[in-house]
Amino acid sequence: MRRAVFYVPVACFVLVALLLAWSFTLEDASKLPSVLIDRPFPSFEQPTVLSGDLKTEMDLKGQPALVNVWATWCTNCLVEHPLFMELKDEVPIFGINYNDDTDKAKQWLRRHQDPYRFSIIDAEGKLAIDLGVYGAPETYVIDAEGTIQYRHVGIVSREDWALTIAPLLERLEGS
Amino acid sequence: MIVELGHFCLILALILVVGQAGLAFLAVSNAQNHHWMHLPGSLATGAFLFVLLAFSALTFAFLHDDFSVQYVAENSNSRLPDAFKFSAVWGGHEGSFLLWTLVATGWTLAVAMFSGQLTEDMKTRVLGVLGFVNAGFLIFLIFASNPFERMLPVYPQDGSDLNPLLQDFGLIVHPPMLYMGYVGFAVPFAFAIATLWAGRLDAAWARWSRPWTNAAWAFLTLGITLGSYWAYYELGWGGWWFWDAVENASFMPWLIGTALIHSLAATEKRGVFRSWTVLLAIFAFSFSLLGAFLVRSGVLTSVHTFAVDPERGLYILAFLVVVIGGSLALYAMRAVDVKSTARFSLSGREAMLLANNVILVVTTAVVLAGTLAPLIYESLFEGDKLSVGPPWFNAVFVPLVTLLFLFMVLSPYSRWRSTAVSRIVVPAIGSLLVSVVLSSLFFWIGGASFEPVAWSYVTLALWIVVGLSWDMANNLRNKRDRIAALFGRSWSYYGMWLGHSGMAVCILGVAATLYYSDERDVRMQPDDVVVLSGYEFRFLGVDQIEGPNYVADRGVIEVSMDESPIASMYPEKRRYLSSGNVMTEAAMKPRFFVDLYVALGEPVGDDAWAVRVHYKPFVRWIWIGGALIGLGGFITLFDRRYRRRRQVREEVALEGAV
Repeated sequence: MRRAVFYVPVACFVLVALLLAWSFTLEDASKLPSVLIDRPFPSFEQPTVLSGDLKTEMDLKGQPALVNVWATWCTNCLVEHPLFMELKDEVPIFGINYNDDTDKAKQWLRRHQDPYRFSIIDAEGKLAIDLGVYGAPETYVIDAEGTIQYRHVGIVSREDWALTIAPLLERLEGS
Repeated sequence: MIVELGHFCLILALILVVGQAGLAFLAVSNAQNHHWMHLPGSLATGAFLFVLLAFSALTFAFLHDDFSVQYVAENSNSRLPDAFKFSAVWGGHEGSFLLWTLVATGWTLAVAMFSGQLTEDMKTRVLGVLGFVNAGFLIFLIFASNPFERMLPVYPQDGSDLNPLLQDFGLIVHPPMLYMGYVGFAVPFAFAIATLWAGRLDAAWARWSRPWTNAAWAFLTLGITLGSYWAYYELGWGGWWFWDAVENASFMPWLIGTALIHSLAATEKRGVFRSWTVLLAIFAFSFSLLGAFLVRSGVLTSVHTFAVDPERGLYILAFLVVVIGGSLALYAMRAVDVKSTARFSLSGREAMLLANNVILVVTTAVVLAGTLAPLIYESLFEGDKLSVGPPWFNAVFVPLVTLLFLFMVLSPYSRWRSTAVSRIVVPAIGSLLVSVVLSSLFFWIGGASFEPVAWSYVTLALWIVVGLSWDMANNLRNKRDRIAALFGRSWSYYGMWLGHSGMAVCILGVAATLYYSDERDVRMQPDDVVVLSGYEFRFLGVDQIEGPNYVADRGVIEVSMDESPIASMYPEKRRYLSSGNVMTEAAMKPRFFVDLYVALGEPVGDDAWAVRVHYKPFVRWIWIGGALIGLGGFITLFDRRYRRRRQVREEVALEGAV
């Protein structure tokens, strides 16, 4: 019995190591297209950050668009922010304000300017769970019918925009 | 050419550390190879020199804008100021791991040089373990993270610049300090493995490990403090701790390290908790490696993470399994035979230190659970996501450390083995009464509104300091020459005094900042005034300035109180030329009791700007406290008992010469 106690630390470590090893399959999953690709955007009915108007998934439809998951606590969101400011007249960008404080989000949008048509409040992360969000920032490309076409994990760089997202949007607009 | 030499130096260093580990193993397993025992030390010296040369070669490539080197092209730019070109050497994954390896071989060299107290056999074993660990680092560096990779024949004309967040003095010093701490825990780890390997788990290894552990822990303390300070002034929203996955990765080894330095004291002085202390020594380094894994594998996303590369993550994971799994298995086989013979009672200092250890380990487990929560939750409930935020961490962390602080108050009065209860209770109540009076006075003089929680924590902070002073005064009472007695305590005691007082300063800073900070987001036109806690901020307008590699809008704000001017503040909004990134550079007016903090937002029309002003009382005390804690750790290194053996040897040598 006394002997067994000394194996507890190594047993705990094995559990943690298995968890970490398993997390690599997860890492791959986030790189592979989301399971939601070609599925309709999950339904929601949530107020927006600035006006408080209720919006649903129907409000995303009409033309191809970007849906960007952001938060005030997310430093990397500030890195992609200038690009979105440049793009906002080219393509509609909708925000999902993820796991955040709405007052802080309002201040953030005022301080850094608002590239979004509107930002949906997702304070408990429910919509993010439906989307399978991995972390902020994350960006989805949806077509005019609101079907998810592409998922990008992490910062959208100028390169990502020019090489992947812009051509995809062009194709969606053409069809 | 220089770059290729750097690469070559790394390979040579790898050969040397492999030799160091191999020869050490041969020397201790074969008694007739005894004369090989001095070799691992020489090889360790050579390995350090070659890694230093490699590091210098990379630095050279940065200072000379050699953009044919991929790592330089990704992390530097010809317009980057020289100081930042230098710190950009460790601005990305490859270079920072080179720094890590440099620090690791540096600690090994230090062990080889300053281990006069050790037996030859023990020294060889310790160097063997360190050689093995360093070989793991160097293999990873050479095969999976080579900073000397060239991009030939086509390479960019200019580099893509260092991340603007990292273009800051704090980032020049923060990683080296942190790595000194992280990698420094490899030394007590090597001591622990060496004793398990030799099967001689006596109190001597605790005495050998203590100064090394204290030094590594002190560096880690300073590293974390610097990181917190950097987050405060560079990230631009006035926070100082975010429970971010990577912050946690540095905090967990610190918590375990704190448990370790206390438990080493009990093991050295009283011979208790031997197998437990060895386990903590293994854990402290294990958490350092786990931290490296979390930062560099991209498993968890955070402010700090480097570019994601699953291959690197897999290598580190394999290394973790070999090093941590191997040492814990060795522990399971060997530590079972160790029996503590010393007895102690619940009122003894041993029991206090045990309480400290239990609380710190539980706290670490809680932080680990929170950090890995997204992974754990997803593995249990497939597909579902959960992230654990600061509210959760605060809810579990605060009660645990509050309990820890109560033991911190009581521990100075306790004596080894057992203490008469009255010797703890009487001074504890006495110093509590004094602290209540002082803390109430403090609130009254400061004119602060009464917040019960803030008041309680200020009282607790004062209780720690008053208690320490009470204990010191108590010790002086019966001494004839009180001044001599005041300065005659051991360096370890003064280190403890300073470390615990630093913690108190830190608690006071946190309590005051949390409860009395004020912040406002306002739209300001030139000559508008906003008043915050008595300070008047007058906005004079915004002008354009040009930095070495950025252009900026710079706001000018005059601060005054009761008509008398206090400061001019210049918050900036910078646009970096090469990357187009926009960064908020907040302006601060640091004062001893109060920080004023202004960040410039966006223009909102008619010469008006969005401006955020903060009033942060005592925020500086958080980092002053951290610095004092680290300083306390360094002071213990001067303790005579770590040098006594060598002095005796030198004296013997002198006598022999005469």
